[in-house]
Amino acid sequence: MNNLIDLEKKVNSGLTTKINKTEIKHDQLYIEIDKDDLIDVTLSIKTNQDTKFRQLIDITVVDYPENTQRFKMVYLFLSHEFNQRIILSYTIAENEVIPSLTTIFPAANWMEREVFDMYGVSFKDHPDLRRILTDYGFEGHPLRKDFPLTGNTEVRYSEDQKKVISEPVKLEQNYRNFDYESPWEGTKYIKEEIDNNDKKN
Amino acid sequence: MTKKIKNLNLNFGPQHPAAHGVLRLILELDGEVVEKADPHIGLLHRGTEKLIENKTYMQAIPYFDRLDYVAPMNQEHAFALAIEKILNIDVPIRAQYIRVIFCEIGRILSHILNVTTQALDVGALTPSLWGFEERETLMTFYERASGSRLHANYFRAGGVHQDLPNGLEEDIAKFCKTFPKIINDLESLLTDNRIFKQRNVDIGIVTKEDALDYSFSGVMIRGSGVPWDLRKSQPYDCYNQLEFKIPVGKNGDCYDRYLCRIEEMKESVSIINQCLAKIEKGPIKTSNGKISPPPKKDIKQSMEALIHHFKLFTEGYRVPNDEIYTAVEAPKGEFGVYLISDGSSKPYKCKIRAPGFSHLQSMDYLIKGHMLADVPAVLGSLDIVFGEVDR
Repeated sequence: MNNLIDLEKKVNSGLTTKINKTEIKHDQLYIEIDKDDLIDVTLSIKTNQDTKFRQLIDITVVDYPENTQRFKMVYLFLSHEFNQRIILSYTIAENEVIPSLTTIFPAANWMEREVFDMYGVSFKDHPDLRRILTDYGFEGHPLRKDFPLTGNTEVRYSEDQKKVISEPVKLEQNYRNFDYESPWEGTKYIKEEIDNNDKKN
Repeated sequence: MTKKIKNLNLNFGPQHPAAHGVLRLILELDGEVVEKADPHIGLLHRGTEKLIENKTYMQAIPYFDRLDYVAPMNQEHAFALAIEKILNIDVPIRAQYIRVIFCEIGRILSHILNVTTQALDVGALTPSLWGFEERETLMTFYERASGSRLHANYFRAGGVHQDLPNGLEEDIAKFCKTFPKIINDLESLLTDNRIFKQRNVDIGIVTKEDALDYSFSGVMIRGSGVPWDLRKSQPYDCYNQLEFKIPVGKNGDCYDRYLCRIEEMKESVSIINQCLAKIEKGPIKTSNGKISPPPKKDIKQSMEALIHHFKLFTEGYRVPNDEIYTAVEAPKGEFGVYLISDGSSKPYKCKIRAPGFSHLQSMDYLIKGHMLADVPAVLGSLDIVFGEVDR
């Protein structure tokens, strides 16, 4: 895990134009790239004799609904030979279609299906882009920040129709998200008032 | 006379005893030969990752027990390590040993379950009866330490929840003396068993290359001859102070994976023994009062302690802005947590990397061309638990 600086140099020299930013922290190398370079960068770190990132550990997305480039795609790679990890990331807007890694790593198949299911990000050239974790006929993308924690529908067995039916969620009491953040300093509006007074003085 | 032949679609599960949970496997059969397997997962999907985003860091720990529920503490470990690395806190040495002991107990729990149920799937009943007795003993150790047999909720960022009760270390040591004999008994039933070998040798062969391409980890990759174990290569807690070997398979078939698991149990016993020999009295969680709650008796006397207790169990501790991936060698393979914190007391994002997910994905590749009867054998050797696959 110690020659990450070497790795950073190697990656940067091999792919100069394609890397936007590199950073080493927590014994891992964080790389930021552009969406269009994904295939090139992945192929290069996989096949290069000095890096050999032969395993795709996971693909995931982080949702920042307030940004115009809403989703941050994250790819985790592992090199057994050099015992190093790379975290590759780039940002995309909501309806962008991104390249699939299934041709380079067969393991990407389900990981991309999960991303599609959970976040609604579509992949170009994916052989079998179906939902994977949610129910048959499910609507919405649960891990998006604007999807409610309680969900939209619930299922129950209907004695009349003699089958399992899905209905809009009915709750006796709504999910309560208590705001415990520093109550000592008072609630937000009091805090703002105090801050304003401080500024005046 | 001509006969029309068409492929048969068979629905395996979701309620099938050999599916090891709720797996719906749609098999396309040509006679008895499997042409294609399409696993449908998600029947146990509970939205763990979404729930964790809405809970404080401490409240999130119990969710990890419910992932791979046969080795709960190994999962908690990955999450605790992630928070510790971001907060940059040191874990007292006693806590590290306790955590390693219980992780290895978890490994034995998981491997006993897997080895014996795999045997059950291919027709041997006795191993599971013998193995489950030992599992029961191990789960009482869980119970004595954490108060619960399965969903322990025992690890914390910065240590463990409470110290081991009196006498538990001695009892674990006693178990370590008797358990190798049980492993031998299991082996005498299975390792040279003609039927067991017929069902497992040369079934579900994974080559080194494919093991890498399909993101295999744990026994699945070691069975194919890649000596890769995160406890050795990227040691966490006190694993670098312990000596243990990494069993590696030769042929990458179901039988080799079974042998690896048996050997790993023996190594785990040796690791536990080493820990018990080295463990000393001392603190079991970090002394940082902003992260670990004060002892109960202080709450009765000290105002400061009461405030801390209240703050920790309402707001929780805050974790600064950061992004991290930590992985542990869980019994099933590399279990990872990709955590994004945003300075508040709740994780912004927590992606759980479950080893079983990538293993089950390769089902189509593994089973193609095998007979229908091999499906349970291959599925058994993948060591699938749906808690973690579906999350």
